[in-house]
Amino acid sequence: MDRNTEVAVPEKRTSVNDDFAVEIQHLKKSFGDLHVLKDVNLTVRKGENLVVLGKSGSGKSVLIKCLVQLIEPDEGKLVILGNDVSAISNDELNVLRKKIGFLFQSAALYDSMTVRENLEFPLRDQKKLSAQDKENLVLEALKSVGLSKAIDKMPAELSGGMRKRLGLARTLILKPEIILYDEPTTGLDPVTAKDISKLILEVQKKNKTSSIIITHDMQCARITANRIVVFKDGYCVAEGTYNELENADDPWVRSFFQ
Amino acid sequence: MARHNLYDSEDEISEKTPKIPFRHLKSFFLEVSLITSFSFEFFRQLFRKGFEFSETAKQSYKIGYNSLPLVAITGFIMGLVLTMQSQPTLKNFGAEAWLPAMVGVSLIREIGPVITALICAGKSGSGIGAELASMKVTEQIDAMEVSGTNPFKYLVVTRVVASMLMIPVLAVFADAIGIFGSYIGVNLYGDISFRLFIVQVFEKVEFMDIFPAFIKTFFFGFAIGIIGTYKGYNAENGTEGVGYSANSSVVIASLLIFIIDLMAVQITSLFSY
Repeated sequence: MDRNTEVAVPEKRTSVNDDFAVEIQHLKKSFGDLHVLKDVNLTVRKGENLVVLGKSGSGKSVLIKCLVQLIEPDEGKLVILGNDVSAISNDELNVLRKKIGFLFQSAALYDSMTVRENLEFPLRDQKKLSAQDKENLVLEALKSVGLSKAIDKMPAELSGGMRKRLGLARTLILKPEIILYDEPTTGLDPVTAKDISKLILEVQKKNKTSSIIITHDMQCARITANRIVVFKDGYCVAEGTYNELENADDPWVRSFFQ
Repeated sequence: MARHNLYDSEDEISEKTPKIPFRHLKSFFLEVSLITSFSFEFFRQLFRKGFEFSETAKQSYKIGYNSLPLVAITGFIMGLVLTMQSQPTLKNFGAEAWLPAMVGVSLIREIGPVITALICAGKSGSGIGAELASMKVTEQIDAMEVSGTNPFKYLVVTRVVASMLMIPVLAVFADAIGIFGSYIGVNLYGDISFRLFIVQVFEKVEFMDIFPAFIKTFFFGFAIGIIGTYKGYNAENGTEGVGYSANSSVVIASLLIFIIDLMAVQITSLFSY
């Protein structure tokens, strides 16, 4: 069966707790001798924004790429929306992926397509939607990120902030239940970065999405986080709210907030 | 650390010994096996449900239409030059009347298909390699995958099929333009009607001149498409990788075209005698 064909995700529900959108148990990933993720355990509740902090190269991006199977983990169990990711077929994975939005650090817009075509692309397999329905979804997604006037532009004509917002609009168009943000504010000026952070918060409130936000931007973490985990040497070393971690006993954790 | 030093010293030793050709040989066979497995994946995905017709049509248009002027100019020049170069020799032997047939057979059997394929390897093959490599290093292929689209089917299958469809069409076009170029060349030295010229060309052209030449262009198209997409789809090392993919797509595809041509000649000769 084609990977693009819509199939029902079978009930391989392995989660013990339906409150969790994502459960990660004993996740390990190495690249040769480099052990990036040594033993990661974390959960994301439904409707929660979880911010992941850590030094560059600490495996934060690898973590979310493992979640959508862009990188195959060496060991561990990944349960997303009740489905054990390692136990499902490619077709089932593709259906599950439609429920997960992924905002890449570079926005990863399709260069050869216009803004409209970029947004229409994830809707290609939605056979039930008419052309008018698709048009309405595109307009709605663009409106939600304030880019209605850019609909016929090429990605190369957009600024960095606009590209991020378009990337977010493309992510939102399938109305995902979970969104994974890979450094959403990196490379942006403080004002635009703050706008993007507010947009992430707005998306969470409006769509009731669960999110994992990888960031180094403490302003973004403060605005968006319900909960924060800190990565060090392949492990989660601290967990708490922004205020709790700001006053943590560990000076290394505290140093992120200074 | 000790293990690291050991590997380093092994590397240093192997750099100074005749093992180097074997290392190159190893990487050559590794590359061949990866291209072969990529080709098998192409056929596996090709026959899966959900063929991307509109993207294939778009890629066919890009490959066919964009290469058309270059193929036309080259085909015309090849026909004209071949005629002008052959005419004095044939005249010395009193065989000038054979000129249209000789040029026609040369163009249809060999020059038209091979020159067209080489031009397309340079223009379309490098374009495919660079485009996919650029998509790879900017995470566009990853974005496609996480959106639930099969990027191999959408990007690779469509381009290889388009290349297989368009190279034969362009080769036939190049043959036609080349024969017209030859007609102009013949008329530089004498006066012959277009109808008589065409009759003389096709008097000596047989089925076994046209059919194998046409069939091999599908394989040329496959080689151009599969190498371009393989190099682009597996690009690494950022923008440097984009340049490398484009360059190596042309080099390997061109080499493969000559190898396929050689094999085609051998196979055709088996059936001819």
